[in-house]
Amino acid sequence: MRLPILERLAAGDVLIADGATGTMLQAAGLPAGTPGEAWVLERPEEIVRLHRAYVQAGSQVILTTTFGGTRARLKAAGLDPQVAEINRRAAELARQAMGDEGYVAGDIGPTGEMMAPIGKLTTAAAVELFAEQAQALAAGGVDVIYIETMSDLNEARAAVEGARQACALPVFCTFSFDTHGRTSMGVSPAQAAQAMAELGVPAIGANCGHAPEELLDILPQMRQAAPEAYLIAKPNAGLPRLVKRQVVYDATPERMAELARRYIELGAHIVGTCCGSSPAHIAAIAAVICGA
Amino acid sequence: MERLFQEMADAVIAGLPEKASELAREALGVGMDPLAAIEQGFKPGMDVVGEGFAKGELFIPDLVMSAEAMKAAIAVLEPEMLRRKQQRQVLGRVVIGTVQGDIHEIGKTLVATMLAANGFEVRDLGVDVSPQRFVDAVRETNADVVGLSALLTTTLLNQETVILTLQEAGLRDQVKVIIGGVPASPEWAEEIGADGYAENATEAVEVVKRLVQAET
Repeated sequence: MRLPILERLAAGDVLIADGATGTMLQAAGLPAGTPGEAWVLERPEEIVRLHRAYVQAGSQVILTTTFGGTRARLKAAGLDPQVAEINRRAAELARQAMGDEGYVAGDIGPTGEMMAPIGKLTTAAAVELFAEQAQALAAGGVDVIYIETMSDLNEARAAVEGARQACALPVFCTFSFDTHGRTSMGVSPAQAAQAMAELGVPAIGANCGHAPEELLDILPQMRQAAPEAYLIAKPNAGLPRLVKRQVVYDATPERMAELARRYIELGAHIVGTCCGSSPAHIAAIAAVICGA
Repeated sequence: MERLFQEMADAVIAGLPEKASELAREALGVGMDPLAAIEQGFKPGMDVVGEGFAKGELFIPDLVMSAEAMKAAIAVLEPEMLRRKQQRQVLGRVVIGTVQGDIHEIGKTLVATMLAANGFEVRDLGVDVSPQRFVDAVRETNADVVGLSALLTTTLLNQETVILTLQEAGLRDQVKVIIGGVPASPEWAEEIGADGYAENATEAVEVVKRLVQAET
C-alpha cells in the first residue's frame, strides 16, 4: 500500500506523472469538439487503456480525465447534469488502472470563464464550482486534488478554496506560463508561487505553456519565491506544428527526457508532460530518472 | 483641450471606466466635438495599450479593462453624436467567431473587442460556430472580413472548412478571411488560402486594417 504522496515528496523522491490525455484520446477516436470527459461514461475502457499505457510507461501519478470537469465547462457539451457522476467515475477508472501502489490526482482545470471584474464569474460562484468537482473526485478515491493550467490568480485561489471546502486531501496547483514568460492574465512565476505559498499549497509548478525549454527559467523563479514548495514540471512536448495537415508537437521523447533531467536538477519533484506527448515520452523520462 | 485629451488617453490606459465616462461628460460640458474626444482623446490610449499587449508588457486584464473604459466613454458620447448626426467612421464590417467544435472564447472576444475599439463594426457569432452560420452572417452583414478562431489542434481544420463553404456559397471573392489561435500559423493561413493570420489581438487589428484598405 502506498505512503501518502506528501510523505513521498518529503522523503525527497521524484515522482513521474503522466502525459497528454486530450490529444491521446483524440488519436484513439474522440471526435474533435467532444470533451474527453464524455468518454468517462461512454467509453470507460478507452480511458482505462490510456491510463494503463502511462502506468506501464512508468507514471507513478496519473491525472483523472476531468480537466474540463467543472459544471461550467461540462455545460458546453450538455454534460453538466452528470458532473458528480463523471468526476467520481473518472477517479475510479484512474484508480482501476493505477492500482494501489501509485497515486491518482484529481484533475481540475479552469472554468473557461473570466473572473470578475473583467469577466462575470464571481469568486463565490467559482469556489462553488470547484468544490462541487473536488467533492466528486474525492468520493471517487483520488489521493490529491490537482489544479492545473491556471492563468488567473484569483481563479487559482478559488480552486484551492473550493477543494479545501470539499475535502481534506492535499491540494496541488500549477499554472500555464504561455505568454512572454507569464500566464495569459499576466501572472509571473514568482507571483503565482508566492500566492500559492501564502495559501499553504505544498506543491506548485508549471504545466502546458509554451516551449518546454521555458520551464528552465520558470522553475527557478518559482523556487526562489516559494522555497518550501515542491515543484511540478509538466510541459507540452514542444510546440505544435502542422505537417501534412496533422498537428505534431516537435519534441521527441529523448528531448523531453533530457529536459526532465534538467527540471529535476532545478528542484522539480514531480515531472510529466502535457499536450502532444504520449506514453513514449513518459517511458523516456522514466528511463532517465531510474537510470540516474 | 490638450490636457483633456491626455487625461482621456490616461483613463483608457489605466483601464478606468468611471473616470473615462466622467471625462466624456466633461468634454460634452465644455462643448468638445464628441468625435474629437474619441479619436484624439480615448482612442490614442487604446493604441498605447494595444502596443503594450503585443510587446508582452500588458496582458488580458489590461486589455479588457481598457476596452471597458473606451466603451464607457463612447456610451456617454453617443447621444451627442446622434444629435449632431455624426458617426464614428466605420473602417469596415467584420464577422468573427470560434469555429465548430471549439468552445474557446477569450482570444476571439479580445480580437472582437479590439476591432470594435478601433472603429470596426463587429458581429461576434460566439463559439462553436458552424460554417453555414459564418456564411449566413457574411451574407447578412455584407462583411468585408471574416475572422476564424481555433484553439484546439483538432478544430484548426475547420478554419479550412469555413473557407471552402464560403467558396461554395460564391462569397469567397467578396470577403477576406483572417485566422488566429494557438496552433494556427502564417503557413497554415497560406495553405488553406486565408488572406491573413494574426498572432494576437493587436496584430489582428493591423491585419484587418490592411486587408480592408487593400480592398478599397
